[in-house]
Amino acid sequence: MITVIDYGAGNIGSVIRACEELGAAVAVTGNPSAVKQAEKIIFPGVGAAPSAMENLMRNRLDIALKEAVKNGVPVLGICLGAQIILERSEEGNQTCLGLLPGTTVRFRVPDTAYKIPHIGWNEVKVVQHHPLLEGIKPGDEFYFVHSYYPRPADEANIYAISDHGQEFCAALGKANLFAAQFHPEKSGRLGLELLRRFLDWDGTV
Amino acid sequence: MLSKRIIVCLDVRAGKLAKSVRFANTQDIGDPVEKARYYYEEGVDELVFYDITASREEREILIDFVAEVARQIFIPFSVGGGIRSVADAAKLRNAGAEKVNINSAAVRRKELITEISKAIGTQSTVLSMDIRRVTPVETIPSGYEIVINGGTEPVGLDALQWAKTGEALGAGELVINSIDADGTKDGYELLLTRLIADNVSIPVIASGGAGKPEHLYAALTEGHADAALIASIAHFGTFTIRQLKDYLAGRGVRVRRNF
Repeated sequence: MITVIDYGAGNIGSVIRACEELGAAVAVTGNPSAVKQAEKIIFPGVGAAPSAMENLMRNRLDIALKEAVKNGVPVLGICLGAQIILERSEEGNQTCLGLLPGTTVRFRVPDTAYKIPHIGWNEVKVVQHHPLLEGIKPGDEFYFVHSYYPRPADEANIYAISDHGQEFCAALGKANLFAAQFHPEKSGRLGLELLRRFLDWDGTV
Repeated sequence: MLSKRIIVCLDVRAGKLAKSVRFANTQDIGDPVEKARYYYEEGVDELVFYDITASREEREILIDFVAEVARQIFIPFSVGGGIRSVADAAKLRNAGAEKVNINSAAVRRKELITEISKAIGTQSTVLSMDIRRVTPVETIPSGYEIVINGGTEPVGLDALQWAKTGEALGAGELVINSIDADGTKDGYELLLTRLIADNVSIPVIASGGAGKPEHLYAALTEGHADAALIASIAHFGTFTIRQLKDYLAGRGVRVRRNF
């Protein structure tokens, strides 16, 4: 059973549909107790860090998620869910969950040829082996849509990178926590394969 | 590095695929969900469904259609055509559309752009512009003006100015559709595309006029577009998505190959 956390941060329909396409049973919840009891969690999110954090805290989902991570539950963060797991976001100078050291920062691109938001298909380069990134080959692209990106302070937490006028972290995590800045649920076959690996993942690296 | 995107546009009426001639007569030509699935498997990067339904009742069918597409394809897709309110946009987004394309309604009331982008996000708000060439005048200094209502009604708005306004108000992407080029198969309106792409910092999608792979190449290089929107050349099977991508890759344009 996959538990998708619904905390009012954008449309989670695509994530649910992708899980269902893969044959997974999906429970959608905004209830912290349900999150604490989850066996596997997807933490999605689209939108802005400040309102997302506000929603999480108001519903005590921040505490529930932190507890789940501490207890070794496999967690997949997506997009905003890859940004607010760090300590702080430049977006609104917002304090975030602090599950990993580092800051989420805005793109600073060298010239106007690089558009913001970063929208479209970009190469995800694996820099550190991870079971969820197994099978990704050089040149493989996933769908991104964002103006900020996570910048983990500890290199050991960086699993994959991409490039948009500057190199940036595309996937990060530690132990049973894995997060992607890109959207696996919108990245066609490659994305579904990553989600399939998550469904099979026991949370160990 | 970001790849250039190929986006296929399908005209839909009452849930059926309509022959893609937005500015002329239309006829129904098949099942759009099936077609979407076909393009998805062929490696298209995104899809746009343009709803040309006339009546309000038939527009409800659109929501069901969007939901069905979202169940079957796992790439972003956008919906446009007659979106007039935040409620319209939110409904489509909730049904599964990644983005909505707004056009005439935004021209009539520009605050709509901000309202929609606040509700569903800038990244989901695409401003589509139908543009035609005119002799430059004081109010249209660029020589390109905005037309609405299926390309029939000029509104005295300079296209470059409108593009910048759209960006400032919260549009996340722009579709530059040249009325002059549309349907000609002689290529995109490159000067126009480049003019706008060079003056905004949001992604720009070239639209109107594609007849052969060379045209996409030109729009994505000389035209400075981030994506190329195609309709006829895909629907009439003149070129497959694979062929277009092979051509572009062969000429050094970065495109998504593993799909």
